[in-house]
Amino acid sequence: MADVIKKATRESYGEALAELSSKYEDLIVLDADLAAATKTGIFKKACPERFVDCGIAEANMMGVAAGLSTTGKKVFASSFAMFAAGRAYEIIRNSIGYPHLNVNIGATHAGISVGEDGATHQCNEDIALMRTIPGMTIINPADDVEAKAAVEAAININGPVYLRFGRLAVPVFNDKETYKFEVGKGVLLKDGTDVTIISTGLMVNEARIAAETLAAEGISARVINMHTIKPLDKDIICKAAKETGVIVTAEEHSVIGGLGSAVAEVITEC
Amino acid sequence: MDASIKKQLEKTACKIRMGVIEGVYNAKSGHPGGSLSICDVLTYLYFAKLNVDPKNPKMPERDRVVLSKGHCAPALYSALAERGFFDANELKSLRHIGAMLQGHPDMKGTPGVDMSTGSLGQGISAACGMALGGKFSSAPYKVYAILGDGEIEEGQVWEAAMFAAHNKLDNLVAIVDNNGLQIDGKITDVCSPMPITDKFEAFGWHIITMNAHDFDDIERAFDEAEKINGKPIMIVQTSTKGKGVSFMENQVSWHGSAPNAEQYAQAMDELKKTLESLEG
Repeated sequence: MADVIKKATRESYGEALAELSSKYEDLIVLDADLAAATKTGIFKKACPERFVDCGIAEANMMGVAAGLSTTGKKVFASSFAMFAAGRAYEIIRNSIGYPHLNVNIGATHAGISVGEDGATHQCNEDIALMRTIPGMTIINPADDVEAKAAVEAAININGPVYLRFGRLAVPVFNDKETYKFEVGKGVLLKDGTDVTIISTGLMVNEARIAAETLAAEGISARVINMHTIKPLDKDIICKAAKETGVIVTAEEHSVIGGLGSAVAEVITEC
Repeated sequence: MDASIKKQLEKTACKIRMGVIEGVYNAKSGHPGGSLSICDVLTYLYFAKLNVDPKNPKMPERDRVVLSKGHCAPALYSALAERGFFDANELKSLRHIGAMLQGHPDMKGTPGVDMSTGSLGQGISAACGMALGGKFSSAPYKVYAILGDGEIEEGQVWEAAMFAAHNKLDNLVAIVDNNGLQIDGKITDVCSPMPITDKFEAFGWHIITMNAHDFDDIERAFDEAEKINGKPIMIVQTSTKGKGVSFMENQVSWHGSAPNAEQYAQAMDELKKTLESLEG
């Protein structure tokens, strides 16, 4: 790991869409005037005829995505997490979630690591919002390899999918050759006996670093990458709770309604 | 329009109105006023215009109807039942727990419903998506979206209006039901969306106006819509809320309330007389 490659998962999103454009001829990508930032611009460059810029109108974009999906298209609708999950929440709930349509929402710039853009853009509520919608799958990939795999997985999931990507470049720690993405299955990255860190998205690599720090102090930490927040891998959580006794969650999101809440809800039923 | 065809459509519209009253009365809630104002345009669409097959409601090449003013579901349900998508007896269990016919249209549960709607302003966006899908597939179908005049106060409608014109969705025909009333009162008193035609024209739509209750005029409007290329089409229909039931006409109180037994009997009696006069 001398030369750690770093890449933002939003970049992986755009690249994956472009790479999949020839395999999925019905793939259509929508954006709301943020193609350069969400990286759907990479798809636009590869496949301009199947890219539709909806302008700065996220509510309409989500409705258009719903309508398109009813005609059999494989649709991705993209914006920043704040404007996708936040501004367009009710359209996602009523026009996509209620009829359980095959719309994939590519939400980038999630969490506090948006940084300099400030509080208006730091979306720490989107997981909570999306979790409440029945039938919504939520995937928050940790690195480039996982993000690309998640994009293709989303295309083949029946029903709406919320994909959460980051702005910051983060280390690519998964091996492209051996990595296998399974929706709804947490990944045991490191075994441990004293404590379990369940992490998601950009916090997964931070959890790996934390486990090393703890090891130096003589604490054995288990690290789980929970890339799918809904449906949640209950088995891996209950096993960790029973075997390590202590669980810490790490996410770029309010603990209220996020991974923290989701894990706590599961533990009450273990 | 041929006189016999016109009379047949008028009879069908009357039957659809009876279904609205039947449904809302049995539900003890619902929206009869705005349902009655769109019965004629629904009749024209389902009995003179649309390429649909009640036996194959998901037929890919079908024309689509999106009832963006989803609260007027009783009219859509009654039209679908009359057209044979499901048994008319379903209307009697409208809004009942466990029944097929939900308070607002549910595309997953009701044959013939092309989009789940009810939250105002959203249907027109979905209709844009369907029309765009048709363009991508070079499919010949058309998409018809029916909006309320109060509904167009929603900002999302104008996002969709911009989108449809920008993408030259000439396979999209929107109908605004201009009955002049919304739940809180006259649209011009609540938060006026007027002038409707000028606004949509400025957004790049082809505008057609029509009398909502005259099948000759309805036919003229939809014939004109067929000829438009490169622009989405907006038909603004001047209608009467509560049309066909004397005591409901132009009364805002009938926006969202159900008739009692006496009012039900009177409404059905009036509609039966209308039907008899058409058959006589």
